Amino acid sequence: MSTVVGEMDQHDHHHAPSGISRWLFTTNHKDIGSMYLWFSFIMFLVGGSMAMVIRAELFQPGLQLVDPHFFNQMTTVHGLIMVFGAVMPAFTGLANWMIPMMIGAPDMALPRMNNWSFWILPFAFAILLASLFMEGGGPAFGWTFYAPLSTTYSSDSTALFVFSVHIMGISSIMGAINVIVTIMNMRAPGMSYMKMPLFVWTWFITAFLLIAVMPVLAGAVTMVLTDKYFGTSFFDAAGGGDPVMFQHIFWFFGHPEVYIMILPSFGIISAIIPAFSRKRLFGYASMVYATAAIAGLSFLVWAHHMFTTGMPVFAELFFMYCTMLISIPTGVKVFNWVATMWRGAMTFETPMLFALAFVILFTIGGFSGLMLAITPIDFQYHDTYFVVAHFHYVLVSGAIFSIMAAAYYWLPKWTGHMYDEKLGKLHFWASLISVNVLFFPMHFAGLAGMPRRIPDYSLAFADINQIVSIGGFAFGLSQLIFLWVVIKCVKGGEKAPAKPWEGAEGLEWTVPSPAPYHTFDTPPEVK
Amino acid sequence: MSIKLITALMAMAPMAAQASSQYNLTQGVTDISQRVFDLHMTIFYICCAIGLIVFGAMFWAVIHHRKSKGSKPASFHENVKVEILWTVIPFVILIGMAIPATSTLIAMEDTSEADVTVLVTGSQWKWHYKYLESDVEYFSLLATQREQIENKLEKGENYLLEVDRPLVIPTGKKVRFLITSDDVIHSWWVPDFAVKKDANPGFINEAWTQVNEPGIYRGQCAELCGKDHGYMPVVVIAKSPADYESWLAEQEEIQRQAKAEEQRLLAMSMEMDELMELGERVYIGSCAACHQANGEGIPGVFPGLKGSAMVTSDMDAHIDIVVNGKSGTAMQAFGNQLSLKELAAVITYERNAWGNNTGETVQAADVNAFMNQ
Repeated sequence: MSTVVGEMDQHDHHHAPSGISRWLFTTNHKDIGSMYLWFSFIMFLVGGSMAMVIRAELFQPGLQLVDPHFFNQMTTVHGLIMVFGAVMPAFTGLANWMIPMMIGAPDMALPRMNNWSFWILPFAFAILLASLFMEGGGPAFGWTFYAPLSTTYSSDSTALFVFSVHIMGISSIMGAINVIVTIMNMRAPGMSYMKMPLFVWTWFITAFLLIAVMPVLAGAVTMVLTDKYFGTSFFDAAGGGDPVMFQHIFWFFGHPEVYIMILPSFGIISAIIPAFSRKRLFGYASMVYATAAIAGLSFLVWAHHMFTTGMPVFAELFFMYCTMLISIPTGVKVFNWVATMWRGAMTFETPMLFALAFVILFTIGGFSGLMLAITPIDFQYHDTYFVVAHFHYVLVSGAIFSIMAAAYYWLPKWTGHMYDEKLGKLHFWASLISVNVLFFPMHFAGLAGMPRRIPDYSLAFADINQIVSIGGFAFGLSQLIFLWVVIKCVKGGEKAPAKPWEGAEGLEWTVPSPAPYHTFDTPPEVK
Repeated sequence: MSIKLITALMAMAPMAAQASSQYNLTQGVTDISQRVFDLHMTIFYICCAIGLIVFGAMFWAVIHHRKSKGSKPASFHENVKVEILWTVIPFVILIGMAIPATSTLIAMEDTSEADVTVLVTGSQWKWHYKYLESDVEYFSLLATQREQIENKLEKGENYLLEVDRPLVIPTGKKVRFLITSDDVIHSWWVPDFAVKKDANPGFINEAWTQVNEPGIYRGQCAELCGKDHGYMPVVVIAKSPADYESWLAEQEEIQRQAKAEEQRLLAMSMEMDELMELGERVYIGSCAACHQANGEGIPGVFPGLKGSAMVTSDMDAHIDIVVNGKSGTAMQAFGNQLSLKELAAVITYERNAWGNNTGETVQAADVNAFMNQ
């Protein structure tokens, strides 16, 4: 008892402020992680309600609820919020919570910067959302903001959009620097690189991707800003520029960006599947190499988003081959997960269910990705609902499912309570069924020729869109179950032991649940 | 008259081309589109086979290797041989996919030795077709009525996939498309030809097709191009070479006559009522997408005309912006899109509608005089 008190004295000599200032001024990685996670969940609901507007308008052919200009604002801001506001901050939140605990560090290496990188985010999104109420409306040019639609032909909210993206970028870069510095300098004695949990490894690589490409995005938005307001012609042929150059710059950021949104998922799944299979991860080393290979290749495939822009045939071939190659390391990962399950002793708690769904649905997204890589058929798929189906399979039933899995897996560690397993399973099955009703028929709509980003469609697509919309509403509602589970788990529930999962491995399970405010003040010894 | 003819033709034409499949890629009507379809199915089946094996193994493990069945975890966690094997086998499969993909792609990108060349120009939100070997050129606009979109009328069979003047091409000939844009990026797409190419402002892209069967083929703009991106269909009619030649000759004659008519009109003066009636029709067709039917525009995006200073006072500036557009904005130059008579009517309409009652009329001769200044 006395030792516990002694420890508390040690920590509390700088007495933590309470109330709102605790959260405003905190430099604690767990507090900041929680704020990131809550923020991303709020953004997930905001972006999701925009998707509900989209699906409500598309429920029937004809214009019913919104005008096309507002529809375009919804598709644009939905995309921006989900990418920069939901998925990326959720991963940063998980990194904040878990990386120090996984490598036996007391906190992130740069805690004040950590505070700042979170607290600028709400301002970025306040600016973006406020722009929707400006005269002329918010950004309406798609989250990819192709010039000249985003320059000469956009409304004045573009300036707000640009500044908001700048702030998001600064936040991401600072978060990434923090992750890299923490991992390189603060590993516990004995924790060599090749002993790090895969979540740490995948985030380590992701952080390098972020530092490499977020400045490119900043450059792209800055050029949009100067083209629109200061008379430059980066993307205007009349002044010697090139609108296609915008797409090269954007996708040089954009393709690594999609791996930024999936590599940490690989890390999460590589923690959960072994835990519930009660068997060591198969092919740890090849998992690390595969992640690095995917990250490296991600810089060589950007133009597969641009096959119809009229590139020389040799460029098309180069980007087709490189893109096809990505399926090899990705395949290795899937095979490794299956091999991990093989001859394990599996149980199926909610985190495992989400992880299993991830493996299957992400792989389906991978298959459609391979189809999209084949240039001659991409000409048919490009900019149709087939693409929409593809990237929602990898981002919703991929990235988001992995985040759900992570939340269920670590909730006992975060809150000290077990979540309600029944409600968790209900959330899983409701999400699994509705996500497929929502996104699977989109493949058919796309193949049959429905372009993306249209507010109205020909009668041939009416049935499919109705089914998709019903799936969409169901998926949206299902996420409220998750909110309920989390609140219930924070408030109380069965007391969680230090290690609630029989097969789980890692330093985070050696500390009590809930994890004390400060962990690993003295680094653990890793053998 | 030709418009009526085409409309009648469209109504009669068999729907076979589009009815191919509601849930899969079209096989299309060209050799290339057939190759693309075959490639699509091949890759799809390969993916299915891989999926069957991987998911099969996974479900086998899920069913048999579960704790509740007393399964004891094995201790293996790597196997270099297996890992090399499942790296090499996918690589070999990929090579098998890349070979037919490469040859199809090279064939698709070979635009040499075309028989007919059409310049396709996208603009917000219509297509313009110009036959480079003759004088024929025209705009192609959505023909679906506003009332159908607003759910006031029942939607027709080709809802949103019908245009006033489709592109006409000959069958059995290699038709080359030069594709560009006047404003933002559009994308010209006809699924039955497996042709989708972006229209980039300031640059010209090439694509080609050779259609085997006469018919009507429908597509849409595929690249987000602003507010009415969803209302920018592409319709192509393929006719036998003989029919195509006579159509082309007819079009040339019509365009010649229209020019002669234009000259004759210069001497004539139209009444206010007549101008307002024609003007409203032109306004709904060409202006209302942005400035809105009530003339109020969309604040912050498209300026309103109701009560606008330019529209109620400075007539020269008004004619100038309609004829020449305004660079750096979405306002297009309508001087080459509308006839003198239509320009005069729409300007008159804008100056007198929605309470703008200036009482002024603008005649074709006024517009002509302005254009010749």
